[in-house]
Amino acid sequence: MIKMDLLKKTVKVVISIFVLIGIWELVVLTGRYEQSLLPSPAGVLTGMAELIKDGALLTHFKVSLVRFLIGYLAAVITGITLGLMLGWNKSVWSFIDPVVQVLRPVSPIAWFPFIVLWFGIGDAPAVVTIFIAGFYPILLSTVSGVGNVDTVYLKVADNFGIRQPQLLFKIILPAAFPLIANSLHIALGSAWVFLVAGEMVGAQSGLGFMIIDARNSLRSDLVLAGIIFIGISGLLLDRLIKILESGIKRQWGVSIEVRN
Amino acid sequence: MYISIKEASREYYLEGKGRITALEKVNLEVGKGEFICLLGPSGCGKSTLLNLIAGFDKPTTGFIKIDGEIVTKPSENRITIFQNYGLLPWRTVLRNVELGLESKKISVKERRRVAEEYIELVGLSAYKNHFPTQLSGGMQQRVALARALAVEPEILLMDEPLGALDAMTRMSMQDEIERLWQENKKTIIFVTHDIEEAVFLADRIVIMTSSPGKVKSVIKVPFARKRNRTGADFLKIRDRVFAEFELKASDEIEYYL
Repeated sequence: MIKMDLLKKTVKVVISIFVLIGIWELVVLTGRYEQSLLPSPAGVLTGMAELIKDGALLTHFKVSLVRFLIGYLAAVITGITLGLMLGWNKSVWSFIDPVVQVLRPVSPIAWFPFIVLWFGIGDAPAVVTIFIAGFYPILLSTVSGVGNVDTVYLKVADNFGIRQPQLLFKIILPAAFPLIANSLHIALGSAWVFLVAGEMVGAQSGLGFMIIDARNSLRSDLVLAGIIFIGISGLLLDRLIKILESGIKRQWGVSIEVRN
Repeated sequence: MYISIKEASREYYLEGKGRITALEKVNLEVGKGEFICLLGPSGCGKSTLLNLIAGFDKPTTGFIKIDGEIVTKPSENRITIFQNYGLLPWRTVLRNVELGLESKKISVKERRRVAEEYIELVGLSAYKNHFPTQLSGGMQQRVALARALAVEPEILLMDEPLGALDAMTRMSMQDEIERLWQENKKTIIFVTHDIEEAVFLADRIVIMTSSPGKVKSVIKVPFARKRNRTGADFLKIRDRVFAEFELKASDEIEYYL
């Protein structure tokens, strides 16, 4: 049964990709556009091969991944730590909450002028952008996760004489974990989106830079090739954390539908 | 007396509704090793009273003394068992039972041994590595019982512990609780709204009525254990409880039977 499902799914994916490429090719053939305005599928494919062969893709991808991991992990650590502290300390949070609510809807891109002024160019702007993109969802979910810990768990802990800091690690963090894990997943997606934007301003390397570089030399086939690579690696990262998320949840023994 | 409750009241202030008396001037004495059922409809303050005894909440006026000391906060000497079990879903059965032992100064090995002993006592040894969500409601409540007993409290406070179970499981859990009570000699205060459950389990039934919540009367159940749920004596006491709640038709109608 599972094999059949997998087969069906693969067939669907293959069909949808081929239909998309078919339409694309059709538009290119009938429209006779300038190659730099709309590259053909074949052109993009050779572009992709070119990027892989000369090692440019791997170099840029590695740089991007390192920046991404630093920015994302920094967001995870500060988001969860601050979230635990502020979620527990409701009176302090009530002062900070309004500030966060104002800052949260601001796109990290809006901070670019300051980011470049404060952090210069190079790796830092991209890392800071990723950090900003990932930080808010993690912070807010952790705070609400801590605030929504079932009171029965707190009563049980109180009854058995479990005090801080044990309370935090034994009860609150694990109880809030499903919400936090969910936000880690969401934050990963938005951080990856802003990675590319971050690398388009100050950086001289990375996937975002690769696209800007290709545009500057009017190689739209390479631009599109870069976009496809970013999409694929983003998808792979998303799948990776999904597996991690469900694995940890299973080990936690959390399944929401059985709890009443 | 072991537990003595004197003129204990609990009032809440609700926005828009003003002052609400959840519990009014309760007086109750409980002896060591006694099995007490607090019986009444929802809103009669039975859970409020249990929370006061547990120390999760404080009375507005009056006081509760246990072994001569006024209750101000929760203690490992009196463990509460909740209707929804209060098990930690991210811990296995064994680790759940170990939870209460973790704040005691004993070795990891000893802790495991004690936990396993109490899991054995409730008959769940085969399930010690399962997670709570993999167990039925009755089994989960057994885990909660094992966890409570493992820290060797003098008093068990049970807040409608069988309320979420089906009727059959409920009766077998009543047997189980009675067995554990007789073997371990705990003082138990058991909140329920099930009349037969109270008659089956209690040495004394404390009958409570609502708005405001207060104690109406206390009925002694003078039978030996294990009680026969369909025996004539049992039904007589049950009838008395029904009468207390004015749920029984008046006497004249009985002549027609």
